[in-house]
Amino acid sequence: MEKECVEDIMEIEVLPSMWPEDIGADVGKQFNIEKPGNDQDVLEEVSIIDEVTTIADFKRLIELTNFTEKGSSQLAYLMKHWEYKQASVARLLREELDNLNKQRQDVELRKLEILEEHRFEDERYGGDKRPVSILDDIYDIWQQDVPCRKSNVVVQNKRVEIDAEYDTVVYWKQRAMHLEKLLEASIQREETLEQKLKESIKNIERQSSPVEELSQILKRADNFLHFILQNAPVVIGHQDKELRYRFIYNHFPSLHEEDIIGKTDVEIFTGSGVKENQDFKREVLEKGLPAKREITFETELFGSKTFLIYVEPVFSKAGETIGINYMGMDVTDQVRKRERMAKIREEIAVQKAKETELNKTIHITEETMRAKQVLATMSHEIRSPLSGVVSMAEILSTTKLDKEQRQLLDVMLSSGDLVLQLINDILDLSKVESGVMKLEATKFRPREVVKHVLQTAAASLQKILTIEGHVADDVPIEVIGDVLRIRQILTNLTSNAIKFTNEGKVGINLYVVQEPSFTKSGSVQKISSGYSTISVNVVKEERYGVNDECISLVKSECSMNGDTEDQHHSNETTVWIGCDVYDTGIGIPENAIHSLFKRYMQVSVDHARKYGGTGLGLAICKQLVELMGGRLTVSSKEQNGSTFTFILPYKVSIACDSSDYSDEFSDMEHNDATSDDTTTEGFFQFQPPNLGHIVSSGGANRTHNKLLSHKFCGFSESSFSFPSTSNDNISKGTCSVDDSSSLVDDSDMSESASSSSHKHHLYNAHAWFQNGIADSSQHMVVNSTTQCASSNSKSEVTKSISKPKILLVEDNKINIMVTQSMMKQLGHNIDVVNNGAEAVRAVQRCTYDLVLMDVCMPIMDGLQATKLIRSFEETGNWDAAKNAGIEQSLPNRDYEYSAPSKKRVPIVAMTANALSESAEECFANGMDSFVSKPASLRKLKECIEQYLR
Amino acid sequence: MDHLHRKLRDHEAAMFQQGYLDDQFSQLQKLQDDTSPDFVIEVMTMFFDDSEKLLNNMSRALEQVPVNFKQIDAHAHQQKGSSASVGAARVKNVCGTFRNFCEAQNLEGCVRCLQQLQQEYSLLKNNLKYLFKLQQEIKTAGRSIHTRG
Repeated sequence: MEKECVEDIMEIEVLPSMWPEDIGADVGKQFNIEKPGNDQDVLEEVSIIDEVTTIADFKRLIELTNFTEKGSSQLAYLMKHWEYKQASVARLLREELDNLNKQRQDVELRKLEILEEHRFEDERYGGDKRPVSILDDIYDIWQQDVPCRKSNVVVQNKRVEIDAEYDTVVYWKQRAMHLEKLLEASIQREETLEQKLKESIKNIERQSSPVEELSQILKRADNFLHFILQNAPVVIGHQDKELRYRFIYNHFPSLHEEDIIGKTDVEIFTGSGVKENQDFKREVLEKGLPAKREITFETELFGSKTFLIYVEPVFSKAGETIGINYMGMDVTDQVRKRERMAKIREEIAVQKAKETELNKTIHITEETMRAKQVLATMSHEIRSPLSGVVSMAEILSTTKLDKEQRQLLDVMLSSGDLVLQLINDILDLSKVESGVMKLEATKFRPREVVKHVLQTAAASLQKILTIEGHVADDVPIEVIGDVLRIRQILTNLTSNAIKFTNEGKVGINLYVVQEPSFTKSGSVQKISSGYSTISVNVVKEERYGVNDECISLVKSECSMNGDTEDQHHSNETTVWIGCDVYDTGIGIPENAIHSLFKRYMQVSVDHARKYGGTGLGLAICKQLVELMGGRLTVSSKEQNGSTFTFILPYKVSIACDSSDYSDEFSDMEHNDATSDDTTTEGFFQFQPPNLGHIVSSGGANRTHNKLLSHKFCGFSESSFSFPSTSNDNISKGTCSVDDSSSLVDDSDMSESASSSSHKHHLYNAHAWFQNGIADSSQHMVVNSTTQCASSNSKSEVTKSISKPKILLVEDNKINIMVTQSMMKQLGHNIDVVNNGAEAVRAVQRCTYDLVLMDVCMPIMDGLQATKLIRSFEETGNWDAAKNAGIEQSLPNRDYEYSAPSKKRVPIVAMTANALSESAEECFANGMDSFVSKPASLRKLKECIEQYLR
Repeated sequence: MDHLHRKLRDHEAAMFQQGYLDDQFSQLQKLQDDTSPDFVIEVMTMFFDDSEKLLNNMSRALEQVPVNFKQIDAHAHQQKGSSASVGAARVKNVCGTFRNFCEAQNLEGCVRCLQQLQQEYSLLKNNLKYLFKLQQEIKTAGRSIHTRG
């Protein structure tokens, strides 16, 4: 192996560049080495033995070792060895020479018969403790090559032996001849030695020069480096003190040699990272300690790359820093991966944090909900005993009391009412907030709602105020919305307005507005989700209305109530209606407006004391309006009045066009003037009581005459409803507008009505006229009674003959007894059946105007019964009922409307638990509405008013 | 006379306050007028009869093996409806719990509930009987005053 190497070396006459020929040459040499120009003196610095002449190209070698301590120490090792070898060779030669000389002397001495023995000593190079270099192995060649021992020189020391007798001629002759021979041999030996010496010298000459060998070693190192670095994504370089490149190796070069050598980083590249790189190198240079750093470059040259850079300082032999070695490795992918991992880890962390946060929020929300529900439950729990107290007080007020007692009781009642109101408000609020409150979608007539609200307000008015309402012509006759809530808002705002107004007027304006901009940002969804919980078929309703004109009035009444819309029905559009509730009251100071809608807030403590109230009303209004997808705003001027405006979206069925109604109603006009009015009239006014209790109404299609005739007075109709008690009123009742007797004091009336029998009559009358307002206060009953029985007393009489037929479906006999009794008090006799199957049979037998249906019953429950009845109404046959096992019973001829008609009978569920779920179930099965059990007078009255007008 | 009135008032208020009765009972009282002067007593008597029947049915049903929870639930439902109708709040509430136990098919809970129900019921009945007795006394006293007057 070694020998081969040596032979290789021998063959190379001129050592080629240490860098292979194929690399380099032109653009982008992997190794770019500064060509030594002025640095020739470097050569002198390197202590290469002068006597060795060589044809090797030193330049590269020098470059490699240029300046560096490491390089020079490397070189020093090599040189030491070389010198050592030279020395030993020289020594050996010298010894040989000495030997030869000695031998010659010996021979000469022998000639003089002095024979000397001569020996060489074994000598061996024993320098074991050489410094170890990376090229250690290669040094082995030296040892093999250097002849260490002189082995083949043998000097024969022989004594000359002579046979002849001493001192004889023969003896001397013989001796001379013998010596001659010896001399000859000696000369011969000398010649041999000379030859050997020559050979030896030649050998030495032939031996390779140290430079060659060193070059060879270096070349091998170079090859080794090449082999390793061939595909490594590394850049290696050396930069001098000024950070100018002196040497660079780059596997993927993109620059010419001349672009790099002698320049600094900053001169070569531009872009982020370059400066940092440069600074880093400088730092290393200054500190003199190697360091590693990761630097991300963003350059035009090679885009975005991250390099792990290792920089170590290079010292001169004097210990000064003369530059740096620099190694960079492209770790872009790794960094990217690492960053991605970090990002993912971070995302996971964020995700986890979010989750925790969410869980926390959920927890808090749940807690809040629970708290609110607790509040709701508590309020509910408070309400029951409180209503007990109030009821007791009411009962007490019916007994005989003296003046003082009555006053005390009045205070008790009003306080009780206030607390009840407060609790109701809290309940409402917490219902809205906890999301329990569900909106219902029913058809209603905005004009009627406005009118009723104003009527209610006017009736309980204790001030001299004008109360008025305007409804613009373009407001649809019927819209779909949650009428109860809307009414609640209107009532609240109106009573608020009245409370803070001492003179002037309070009024409501209703008009159609453009769809406001805020809906586009998502609140629409809220509305739709609010409504979509309920699904019922309005389609069928409308079909009936079209097909069957003769019953159109009844029809419209039915479809008005409890019908909910189908979201996707094409016949519906949304209309936005604005509503102003304005007053000429004390107004609201500007700084109080922002806190106006906060709960328990009133403008000031003074106001609270002076005007009372819970401070919850406006907060509830706002929440309700927002729940329905609208906005409630206020504008106000102190001492001049306030205007509360709310806009709400309503659905409108196009099929129920207003024209249909006006046609129908003009047909009916002679019969029922009042309900006619409510459909189209657009203006209502309630003058202050001292001018008489006046309702004037004017519709778009009304003549002026009509308007006059509609002014109604006091208790004109009481001639009918109270024949026994208010005879004196009859004469007054027929009077004209200005008749002062029409000014009926409500409180008087209520007092007279306080005896139970009167009350009973009132309820009766009320029920027959069926035009009341859903309000349980006695004042209102009086008022609405007077109101509805307007001008045409005949129609009332005829109407009263055909009493509505009501069917109660209930299995619990106690419930039956109670409900029956209540209905009796409301003026109705009812038919009772005990289960769903019987209910179906009853409906088969005769036509009812209203069915009150218990849901949970044996044999057949209320839901199924309703389904069967609805199926009959739709198909006209009882097939579904037959399938359910109910044989059709013959219609009872006694009843006027015995023939089965396609009229849709309102079915009201009586549910034990009035939760929304079961309400949905009721609606889904075709029920129109529901009354929660236990039934109370008020609930039943509302129900009857709604369905039996 | 006043003494009786006060006693009646106190007793009634106490029954409301202690939750035996709720607003629904006042509703019943409102329904009582000249045409049906004994309405409340009539309804209540009916309620007592009905309740006793139902309570018996329930206790019998609970002794059966296996227990028919559905049937008991139906009874409890009936009882709940009746008591709600007459304003027997506490009885009604126990019925509600009872139904929950029925639904959960919890026999032990049902038995406990039935006992509670019986107790509540008898308390209510005794209290109401006393109430009616007072009313009756007032009535007779009033009549006697009338006749005397």
